Amino acid sequence: MKNILRSTIALLSVLVVFTSCDNASKSNSGALSSSAAEKVYVAPGEHDEFYAFISGGFSGQLSVYGLPSGRLFKVIPVFSQDAEKAYGYNEETKPMLNTSHGFVPWDDSHHPDISQTNGVVDGRWVFINGNNTPRIARIDLSTFETAEIIEVPNSAGNHSSSFVTENSEYVVAGTRFSIPIPQKDMPIKDYKGNFKGALSFISIDPEHGHMDIKFQLIMPGFDYDLSHPGRGKSHGWFFFTTYNTEEASTLMEVNASQNDKDFIAAVNWKKIEEYVNNGGGTMMPANYAHNVYDEATHSATSTMKDEVRVVNPLDVPGAVYFLPTPKSPHGCDVDPSGEYIVGNGKLSANLTVHSFTKMLDAIANNKVAGDAYGIPILNFEDVLAGVVEQPGLGPLHTEFDGKGNAYTTFFISSEVVKWKLGSWEVVDRQPCYYSVGHLMIPGGNSQKPFGKYVLAMNKITKDRYLPTGPEVTQSAQLYDISGEKMELLLDFPTVGEPHYAAGCPADLVKPRSKKLFKLEDNKHPYATLNEADTKVVRDGKTVHIYMTTIRSHFAPDNIEGIKVGDKVYFHITNLEQDYDVPHGVSMIGANTSELLIMPGQTETFLWEPKKIGVWPFYCTDFCSALHQEMQGYVRVSPANSNTPLKWSLGEDIE
Amino acid sequence: MKRSNIIMLIAALLPLGLFFFPLWKITLEAPQYPTPLGMYIHINDFSDVHPHDIKNINLMNHYVGMKYIPEAIPEFKIFPIGIIITTVIGLIIAFKGNYKWFLFWFVLMVVLSSAGLYDFYLWEHNYGHDLDPKAIMKFTNPDGSVMGFQPPLFGSKDILNFRAHSYPRLGALFLGLGIAASFIAYLIGKKNTKKPMAM
Repeated sequence: MKNILRSTIALLSVLVVFTSCDNASKSNSGALSSSAAEKVYVAPGEHDEFYAFISGGFSGQLSVYGLPSGRLFKVIPVFSQDAEKAYGYNEETKPMLNTSHGFVPWDDSHHPDISQTNGVVDGRWVFINGNNTPRIARIDLSTFETAEIIEVPNSAGNHSSSFVTENSEYVVAGTRFSIPIPQKDMPIKDYKGNFKGALSFISIDPEHGHMDIKFQLIMPGFDYDLSHPGRGKSHGWFFFTTYNTEEASTLMEVNASQNDKDFIAAVNWKKIEEYVNNGGGTMMPANYAHNVYDEATHSATSTMKDEVRVVNPLDVPGAVYFLPTPKSPHGCDVDPSGEYIVGNGKLSANLTVHSFTKMLDAIANNKVAGDAYGIPILNFEDVLAGVVEQPGLGPLHTEFDGKGNAYTTFFISSEVVKWKLGSWEVVDRQPCYYSVGHLMIPGGNSQKPFGKYVLAMNKITKDRYLPTGPEVTQSAQLYDISGEKMELLLDFPTVGEPHYAAGCPADLVKPRSKKLFKLEDNKHPYATLNEADTKVVRDGKTVHIYMTTIRSHFAPDNIEGIKVGDKVYFHITNLEQDYDVPHGVSMIGANTSELLIMPGQTETFLWEPKKIGVWPFYCTDFCSALHQEMQGYVRVSPANSNTPLKWSLGEDIE
Repeated sequence: MKRSNIIMLIAALLPLGLFFFPLWKITLEAPQYPTPLGMYIHINDFSDVHPHDIKNINLMNHYVGMKYIPEAIPEFKIFPIGIIITTVIGLIIAFKGNYKWFLFWFVLMVVLSSAGLYDFYLWEHNYGHDLDPKAIMKFTNPDGSVMGFQPPLFGSKDILNFRAHSYPRLGALFLGLGIAASFIAYLIGKKNTKKPMAM
């Protein structure tokens, strides 16, 4: 009997195994369904459909990936020195990192945003904020290099930045930390009522992209956390989430979490712009750096500015309103139509969505619930469009697919939740590995998102990859959102903290990507445009070496007459005019990085020889078959020697 | 004007297309050059197919000791004069001459074009074989002789890591059509001249 029972169980379990196998294979095959691997596979030599510009967070840089493959193409140095590219090390780019605090070689890069024309991403520039020492950078997408950095005065923790209006009129930078404006020596406990928060509207030159602070709105001393521009019908407005409306200054995690509702600040910037254009606001003494890289001279210049226009919101009635929003809202996201403003109340179980139309209606009918430092507060119920009930825990950010759906990240419950605008119903949810922050749909901050993929950027990975000691990579996860349900396709590691990203179709950027710099356009003051003009010039203890590179030699490659204690500037022009033929250079003992010089470009490094001898330098980029032969010598004589200054290529110095 | 003379007139004018379109094109393909390097040969100039191509061809060629492609060669002066003179002769023939002169012009053009091609071959041969004795890389043929790097006069050929293509372009087509047209003019002229005699 026992045996019969045993064999029956055995037979049953075999059958179960077989049938379940059968089921599994059925669900995974089928002519129409394709695997996740196929969806992200970009064959060798083929190109991705989208560019993703993913911020490096605490790395201070911006990395360029392809989607859907998740392949990394470039790390663009923005706010941090990069020895690989000599950014912030060579003489040309050191001014890019100048600030009112001096040379600041690092920052925390957070929110990239692509320039727009008529509410659609145009792929000309990416703007990104430096959080720590407040700065906004502009990256030129023809060169994929940082072209400009402007410091933001009266700001601290430049976090509700750097979001672009729908015709790239402004890139906006709000302060996370309120501070005394102007700065002064005062007790911290007197924060309340005395500290202020500056919201900066930085105009963008439509032709060249150059940035200029048009005005700063000096707001009550809350923390301005995130922001987004209105678009379409709400174009002309800007929305900022706030927390710490309690105006606490210590143990913020508790003291800034007491109010049941904080605010979304709605700012009618068109109105303030008009006020400013008519001479409104006051010029206030300030000190901030404006650093511009010139592609013709291949050099940056840093200019210190000494004043900024500030506007008191009370002086422009009807320009600023507060919309009560539950529990320290973090992300502040506006849907493609411009009607819905989503407040992602990170300590609330619900998602709050305000209506722009209802807001205008409440303003028109003067339905004011009170004021905060004179700024009118509208009634929560009057502006509320709807609530997504209990979609998850810890909502942070929302993006839109342009098809009536919204996607919100939940940090605590570690998931992306898809819900419908208007009906507020949850449609789908997918887990993230782990603790997702921002998410990005290409074109997400515009009227026209390209709703094919969503990229979730996670703060924690733990066991997801091969371990690398205590510090492990952060990661991004790609989901297919073309269907009703989301599908996780890919997990890929990132550079630094993938704080936020901006994406656009590759075709917007690809045709404009430069292949080289034309030698005839090189206006660098120390450029050498042909080998015959190479020379070494002494000016007291300073020596300028006008050097060129071309496969596979330096000209000159023998130099004598350098002395201990000299300041030797190597100005190196890459004479190549072919795609992807950079040359590098490094000098033994130079207290700086290598140079990596693109075709047609001139770069400079400083060498201060401390020892006599004959010291070699060489090309660091494997440029050609004779790369190993691309080397040279500098003879360093004692400080008081009479060794004549001579140089040569191809023959001995006599 | 007789039909044959009109054709001869067109024949004489067609080679002027050489002043507007390149005569020949040499293309060099290699894996590292997804966009191939290329050079147009005009009647009076060398030019890049893509910006800086000639500079980059020179850079490649210096490894095997080839000379730089010169900015100008004497042929750039001789060829245009030759074309203008033969066009003028052709025009005079078209207006004044008969079919016998058409044949004369046809033969003249064939001879001159062949001479031009031979000259081009000589230049190419020299360019591909007169190598710097201090060349960075020296290659020998299986028989031990020094390897040359002459591009083909017409057609395609492998040269080390490159595949070289050498083909006529629109300018050459104009010249060829002109020469062919003069022969047609000769045939028509001859036919029409013989008819009245038969009558």
